Amino acid sequence: MPNDPVLRVEDLTVRFTRRNTNVAAVNGVDFALQAGETLTILGESGSGKSVSLKALMGLLPAYAGVTGKVWLNGQEILGLPATALAKLRGGAVSMIFQEPMAALDPVYTIGEQIAETIVQHEGCDNRTAMKRALGLLEQVKIPSAERRLKNFPHEMSGGMRQRAMIALALACKPSVLLADEPTTALDVTVQIQILLLLRQLQEELGMAIVFVTHDVGAAAEISDRIAVMYAGRFVETGTTRQVMRHPMHPYTQGLLSSTVHGGMRGRALETISGSPPNLAELPPGCAFAPRCRYAADACRQGDIPTVTTETGATARCVRAKEMADA
Amino acid sequence: MSDITLQTQLVSRAEAPAAPPPGYWKSVGQRLLRDKTTMAVSLLLAAILFITLGAPLVTHYDPYVGSVLTRLKPIGTPGHWLGTDETGRDLWTRLCYGGRLSLLAAILPVTISLIVGGFLGILAGYAGGWTGTLIMRTMDVFYAFPSILLAIAICGLLGNGLSNSIIALAVVFIPPMVRVSETVTTQARNLDFVEAARASGTTTLQIIRYHVLANVLGPIMVYATSLISVSIILSAGLSFLGLGVTPPQAEWGLMLNSLRQAIYVQPYVAALPGLMIFVTSMCFNLMSDGVRGAMDVRLNK
Repeated sequence: MPNDPVLRVEDLTVRFTRRNTNVAAVNGVDFALQAGETLTILGESGSGKSVSLKALMGLLPAYAGVTGKVWLNGQEILGLPATALAKLRGGAVSMIFQEPMAALDPVYTIGEQIAETIVQHEGCDNRTAMKRALGLLEQVKIPSAERRLKNFPHEMSGGMRQRAMIALALACKPSVLLADEPTTALDVTVQIQILLLLRQLQEELGMAIVFVTHDVGAAAEISDRIAVMYAGRFVETGTTRQVMRHPMHPYTQGLLSSTVHGGMRGRALETISGSPPNLAELPPGCAFAPRCRYAADACRQGDIPTVTTETGATARCVRAKEMADA
Repeated sequence: MSDITLQTQLVSRAEAPAAPPPGYWKSVGQRLLRDKTTMAVSLLLAAILFITLGAPLVTHYDPYVGSVLTRLKPIGTPGHWLGTDETGRDLWTRLCYGGRLSLLAAILPVTISLIVGGFLGILAGYAGGWTGTLIMRTMDVFYAFPSILLAIAICGLLGNGLSNSIIALAVVFIPPMVRVSETVTTQARNLDFVEAARASGTTTLQIIRYHVLANVLGPIMVYATSLISVSIILSAGLSFLGLGVTPPQAEWGLMLNSLRQAIYVQPYVAALPGLMIFVTSMCFNLMSDGVRGAMDVRLNK
């Protein structure tokens, strides 16, 4: 690797302990992200994608136990005091959300909200901040930006709101953008616009993006690398091409073959039987074993080793080698 | 032919520069101006405020000096167009001066409870956990008593007088105010934009000041305005029972009580203070309705 990564995560673990239940939401996640690179965390609901992002931002409630190490631009950020963390949030790292309607304050105009963030981080006066807000709206390609600046969130369409949300997140030129399913609540036609916009902004600003989604199509469109998450673990990682073309983990294979696309005409749609495991009582061994059609005895005991291929892709599966060859 | 006109229409519509939307308060003002009921009651309230605060301008009688010769005159008596009370004082004058204390005794408790209750409610709603539970359960204790009984009990405990009736009513209004502001705060704080604000580096204090307060203030203010109408009736009720303002001071509730004995002699005159209480209370109620409608940006597209 030529440069130091902007974001490096090592053994990130999140536990929710309440009364007698101990929910293992994230179980040791590792990744590193270079500037200008997009990593997609792909997984179904409840696999720990969003929790991982919130753990990175320090947004989890106090009863969540977060351990591991996170370096942002070489600085260790996990366990920083609240004031230091507040400076980083929105500055070096910011976040966009799934529901732009809920993530924007209904009583302020778009311009006021963006300006507020800028004033907060840079301490400039309101007039300058408003001018910057106008520039940001133009950057995210909102038509007649000057007028939109004075709009309330409810006066805009879903796609426009998400653009405004992105403008808000970009207000202080973050080096890492965390995107929590930003296209899930949008129409497909708007989805692709937002994805293209994110790619273009990434090229202009050189930021790294962690993109969380359950949509295989969106993941294929935006990512450089994909990490497939299941039960709080990365079960497979690799470049987009590696994961999409040669999935090694049975879960990834199931996920891909249960996605509808044009190339599947005439074939029966496959589904993954069963449902995700209860995170409060994870089975020993591979968490996917109960649903896996290739499961062997070795899958149900001990730690599952992570297999790395010559090309750098990894899979947490006992039979990864056979799968790759098949 | 028609195709061409249609096309030019489409083009001109697309190219027409859209008018900038008005600011928030300006649009609230515009909606209020368009609402006939709210405008009417606002004018009526302004008139009531004028005759009470500017009482010396609209009447030249002394509210405390009467004459035995002019006792209990009917409405329309020359010189006393609304008649006189049981000690011969001009009723119009008494109503004008009486409104001062009635409004003070009604609005002040609501203001106090707005500040105290709003603070406690936002604290309970935002902090949650033990703090929230402690505040809310304490407030629940007050709910065990009917409001008028609670007010009478506190007044009885503190002794009568204007300030004690204000304190009593403030205590009565704080629990519902806390409950309303706690509910709105809890709703607001669980919305994504509070988390989004945290994600963009906003500190807790700033979130409360900028996001929570702005979303909570509207509903609490509207609730407070509607409480004024209840407060007018309750405070008049306390004076009527002899627990609020003491004679010979003029106050609508008290006047109603002293004119009660004359109800068979001059029923219309005796009903006038009651009419004032009713009209003022009604006006505040309708106004709070109108303001709520105008302030909600989401109701008005």
